Amino acid sequence: MENSRRNFLKIAGYSILGVGAGSMLVGITPKFTTAASEESAPPKYKERPGALTANRWGMVIDTRKINGRINKKMQQVCHKIHNVPDFVGQLGAENHEIKWIWPTKFSHAFVEQDHQFVSDRLKETKIPVLCNHCNNPPCVRACPTQATFKREKDGLVLMDFHRCIGCRFCIAACPFGSRSFNYRDPREAIEELEPNFTPRMKGVVEKCNFCAERLARGEAPACVEVSEGALIFGDLEDPSSDIRKVLAEHNAITRKAELGTYPSVFYII
Amino acid sequence: MLEKALSGSKLYWTLILALLVLIGIGFLFYLRQLEFGLGITGMNRDVTWGFYIAQFTFLVGVAASAVMLVLPYYLHDYKAFGKMTVLGEFLAVSAVLMCLLFIIIDLGQPARLLNVILYPTPHSMLFWDMIVLNGYLFLNIIIGWNVLSAEKEGVPPEKWLKPLIYLSIPFAVSIHTVTAFLYSGLPGRGYWLTAVLAPKFLASAFAAGPAFLILLSFILRKFTSFDVGTKPIQTLAKIVCYATIASLFLFFCEVFVTFYSQLPGHMDHKIYLFLGLDGKGALIPWMWSSLLMLITAAILLLIPPARKNEYVLGLACIFIFFGSWIDKGLGLISGGFIPNPLHEVNEYIPTVPEVLISIGVYAIGFLVLTVLFKTVVGVKEEVRG
Repeated sequence: MENSRRNFLKIAGYSILGVGAGSMLVGITPKFTTAASEESAPPKYKERPGALTANRWGMVIDTRKINGRINKKMQQVCHKIHNVPDFVGQLGAENHEIKWIWPTKFSHAFVEQDHQFVSDRLKETKIPVLCNHCNNPPCVRACPTQATFKREKDGLVLMDFHRCIGCRFCIAACPFGSRSFNYRDPREAIEELEPNFTPRMKGVVEKCNFCAERLARGEAPACVEVSEGALIFGDLEDPSSDIRKVLAEHNAITRKAELGTYPSVFYII
Repeated sequence: MLEKALSGSKLYWTLILALLVLIGIGFLFYLRQLEFGLGITGMNRDVTWGFYIAQFTFLVGVAASAVMLVLPYYLHDYKAFGKMTVLGEFLAVSAVLMCLLFIIIDLGQPARLLNVILYPTPHSMLFWDMIVLNGYLFLNIIIGWNVLSAEKEGVPPEKWLKPLIYLSIPFAVSIHTVTAFLYSGLPGRGYWLTAVLAPKFLASAFAAGPAFLILLSFILRKFTSFDVGTKPIQTLAKIVCYATIASLFLFFCEVFVTFYSQLPGHMDHKIYLFLGLDGKGALIPWMWSSLLMLITAAILLLIPPARKNEYVLGLACIFIFFGSWIDKGLGLISGGFIPNPLHEVNEYIPTVPEVLISIGVYAIGFLVLTVLFKTVVGVKEEVRG
């Protein structure tokens, strides 16, 4: 008895020690690398020449100029260049649907604004919805690994697909339904792989990235490019930008403003 | 001490074998899930947490319920719980173990699990859940094992255990509070966005957990020489009774706030669960039977002659256990995701592989529980001589 108790204590002690030492190593290692790199001047990441930059990227969607054809074009180009799989169209697997931008009824896009006597135009027009790149993003607050984060320099809410553990906490936190989960290997439903953007693996979350990779190359987001002027993109913190002029002239609204997430996507109704 | 679990009757080994078979089946299906992805479950783009996370939530409650024995026994010196407390602690061990396993099998990339420690993120509630769950697991293993060892030796428990025991009390409360905070802090999910979620979780945990312990005590009495006695069971029955009433009261408060204020974002989830929405309502019969079971059990336990009748008590405990299981293990998670943020109704039905994997995890928990309880019974037999 005496023996077995001592053994148990010993084993328990060692395992705690092991876990402790392990986590200490884990905690210390990144610090070491930081210290080392500080000595040899940390690498400065420079913008690529010609890259589009802003303090806070934003978008205005003019619903008066939106139609079904534009909606389709925007979704097609977005999903094509970002390797978004088409599980519904190709495999009929509705549960596994992934979408970054999609058109939906006014009553779904603006649940809280819906009423009996919405104008005929709004009843008929489908409104594009996408990640709002909130200024106060609840998904970022919820993520346990900082795999989803708000980029300091321009306010984009982005995903590190290689860090995401697939807990889907961010999906529960997002009040706009903007995020999708890879329930299986997305390659099963990608017709032609686009080499310029990393395809995901099963088990991670993904969403619209405001075409961060295109901005770095000096190109506007793809949906904006094909929107025939219905989408205006620009720096919300630059008073002389086009987007600010549009916002100054029109009374634009955001989705679920009452939740205090401060979306960067605005809608002219 | 663990050697006590290595010798047993034919029935004991049959139980162990049956649990191992269930674990094996669950494991095979989990391998399939690792290969294919979480797509083998019934989860979809809207209901992104399903059966796994629901079981985790329910079992956190079972784990926390040990405090209903620890607190009266150690803090108020309520001697009648002396024989039973270690059962509560070991039940907590197996329940937390299942909780952790349910979280892991729910991850899309389980190999990256340690990213939670590698990139510690205090503003994420999941980070805190990891800390309190692991802390509570270790506390209960250390406390339960050492107290039992001392009993075997016929000596009082070591002095250094006392602070750990006291620490385990707030830890028990914290595991279920933090688990409630996972849900109740999310904007735009009306079903969860309520300050009474954590208290309601605790109340239903203090009902379902001790109810399960009463049932386990009955089973131990029937199949082993170990009888905890009538007094602790009756005390526990009163705790179960008032905890059930408290959880029903909190549910009533929620229903009032929701339906008197008439806020659609809060009403629609409850309407979906209890009446159906857009012609969809897979959970309607479940939710009503849960409510009915809990109310019936609360009334039964309030009546002293009924409570003292062990058949009635057993039935009430079964009602409370399954009533709470439906409430947390089926309704809570689906109900929060339906309707979705765009007010569309996409239902969730768990698949067979998903349920088999879950049964596998439960079997692991019950295997640990069986071995630990067998050890307890063995020690008690030896001490009695």
